[in-house]
Amino acid sequence: MSENVTPAMVLDLKGLLCPMPVVKLAGAIKKVDVGAIIEATATDPGVMADIPAWAKSTGNELIKMEREGKVITFWVKRIK
Amino acid sequence: MSEELEKCSMVICSGDMDKVMAGFIIATTAASMGRDTTMFFTFWGLKAIQKGNLTGSSFFERMLGLMNRGGIDRIGPSRLNFGGMGRWLFKKMMRDKGVTSLPELRQTALDLGVKLLACQMSMDVMGVKREDLIDEVADVVGAATYCNLALQGKTMFI
Repeated sequence: MSENVTPAMVLDLKGLLCPMPVVKLAGAIKKVDVGAIIEATATDPGVMADIPAWAKSTGNELIKMEREGKVITFWVKRIK
Repeated sequence: MSEELEKCSMVICSGDMDKVMAGFIIATTAASMGRDTTMFFTFWGLKAIQKGNLTGSSFFERMLGLMNRGGIDRIGPSRLNFGGMGRWLFKKMMRDKGVTSLPELRQTALDLGVKLLACQMSMDVMGVKREDLIDEVADVVGAATYCNLALQGKTMFI
């Protein structure tokens, strides 16, 4: 990703299992402004499929998702 | 993106730990996706929203209340329960893995605005009264109320 994004919020979802990463992210996104970005880290491999599904369903944007070993980091932008 | 999201409703007619858990996991997720979510608890499903006290007034009702005592902490898995051992084991295994417990999931659902409805007819049959249910239950209703909600969106049956 070429642009350098500064997250409005950093969320630690490590150790949480389904459905909590999505539940916590949904709660957090309401606390940031529209257009703001949340950076989150998780260890549940289920988020690889679930966060894109959540983003698609809620209309928020999943900017990027990367995996390093067990830790998955992703950036979500609040759209509405 | 549509302006009004479809509603999500679920019928929980099982009082088994695994099935109730699936219900609350899907309900909390649907609510997290912005869906107006309702869970309708009927027959054995009532156990998941009971306080856990003994219920019933007639002989048969009291026997049922004794043998089928409700309370979210008391319900066991549909298989391999072994008179409560299975429940203990699953709770332990889930806790060790960091899975959210059933009481916490139910509270999360409530915090997210999931509406819990109880089936009037099942309560009448089993002798379960409103005061036997947790206070957070939104209403005690019949099938028509549920259908009215269910027809406005997607329905799941557990």
